[in-house]
Amino acid sequence: MNLHEFLVSPAETAQRHGPHDRIVMSSRVRLARNVRDAAFPGWAKKPERVKILEMIRPAVESLPEMKGAFSEAMDNLGALDKQILVERHLISREHAAKSSGSGLVLNREESFCVMINEEDHLRMQALRPGLQLRQAWGAIDHLDSELEKKLDYAFDNELGYLTACPTNLGTGIRVSAMLHLPGLVLGEQINPIIQSVNKLGLAVRGLYGEGTEALGNVFQVSNQMTLGETETTIVERLEKVLAQIIEHEENARQTLLEKKPKVVFNHIGRAYGILANAHSISSKETMNLLSLMRLGVDMGLFPGAERSLVDELFILTQPAHLQKQFSDKLSAEERDLLRADMVRERLKNVSRPVVKPPSAAN
Amino acid sequence: MLCTICKEKPATVHLTQIVGDKMQKLDLCEDCAKTKGINDPTSFGLADLDLVLGLGASQQLEQAAGGVELKCPRCGFTQADFKKSGRLGCAECYVTFAEGLAGLLKTMHKGTRHIGKAPEALRANRENADKLKTLQAKLAKAIKDEKYEQAAQVRDEIKKLTGRPTPANLAL
Repeated sequence: MNLHEFLVSPAETAQRHGPHDRIVMSSRVRLARNVRDAAFPGWAKKPERVKILEMIRPAVESLPEMKGAFSEAMDNLGALDKQILVERHLISREHAAKSSGSGLVLNREESFCVMINEEDHLRMQALRPGLQLRQAWGAIDHLDSELEKKLDYAFDNELGYLTACPTNLGTGIRVSAMLHLPGLVLGEQINPIIQSVNKLGLAVRGLYGEGTEALGNVFQVSNQMTLGETETTIVERLEKVLAQIIEHEENARQTLLEKKPKVVFNHIGRAYGILANAHSISSKETMNLLSLMRLGVDMGLFPGAERSLVDELFILTQPAHLQKQFSDKLSAEERDLLRADMVRERLKNVSRPVVKPPSAAN
Repeated sequence: MLCTICKEKPATVHLTQIVGDKMQKLDLCEDCAKTKGINDPTSFGLADLDLVLGLGASQQLEQAAGGVELKCPRCGFTQADFKKSGRLGCAECYVTFAEGLAGLLKTMHKGTRHIGKAPEALRANRENADKLKTLQAKLAKAIKDEKYEQAAQVRDEIKKLTGRPTPANLAL
């Protein structure tokens, strides 16, 4: 099956909406599971990994939620396809580096994505647009309960689900949300916020997860502790913290508009100016400027423009997505030219930002 | 004092962290401290370093083994492997390295006992085991407090739960 034909188009993806999606871009809950009596993927030899994949993959495919799913062994996916999956946040960078003995099952709606033989035998995730942690947990809990009838999980009465890394032990759960926080970054409030979130035992990471920078003012907030608490407790704590971050971000935007309107208009105006007129632009600069444009749309500075236009560009301008649109292998310099062409074309009908937001904004 | 990591050069960087009522110490030479990126000790906790190096964990494993290197009988994984990767070899490793892992789990997580979801097939068992534990504790306390009437009641509850007579050492 061709991955490119299977994936939901960036235009359609950008149209998906969920609660609080002007700040919370997406919600995700993933569970780590292993089968009994087999070495964890990082320690298992290749034949054993292949055997485990051959056992787990059909079990996952047979779930009703996975009807018509895209299911493939990682060695059958090209480097470009893997990178596209990373850019869509469907698989981890670690999983993209895997080949034979690892696999992927992705349902049609892209609301469930199961990685087989990543760090654990199973890394199953439920994905939802906007702030929907509870729904994502409910969905993955159900999928997991279906799957446990078909697979014999490694589970200990004291320690819970046994995972390759002790940091995931117990529930094996990671609850996370991807947040767009330009207000807190511009208002220079982001560092104290990150510190206080860290103090609550939650991790704050960049756009592509562990060890990555916060390109485009996008941050991932997730739990770190997995043992000694119920899944519901963890989900509820995340919800509480996110509600506060959302409030801080909204306040930061409001304050910026009231106290430093010129700073805001300057940032957004320049972002628009460059995006609409550049002839060469890197992926990183594009993301950071698109973030400011997204803020401008949220503030009502681009009347008539939809947030989905920006969100679609957010996906399309990433390196692998850009490469995919052209048959020849592009160098980074060539990509920068084509990226600029595409952004200029897309912004052709967007007028430059107004200075005073219409009162109907928000 | 020699550096904890290279065990060659004298330790000049000393880190101390207090978690709850437990104190952890780490002594490093300047080179090792630099290569591990420890310039500003306020910016990280020893637990983070454990995660990065698997260091504290492997030390705890080593101590637990009394200096002899432990090896998982199921998959052949050793504590040196854990030190390298920070990950375990198989589910059985949690039994093999249990003693050393206990301390690590305490610093890493909210608790050391899983109270979340369990596979359906094991759930009934698990609930019974939990209940039994509570009842046995209750029974012991009742006996200690010489509340024999209450003890008899608890004993009957245990009997009902296990379907067996109470073990001799707990019988009244």
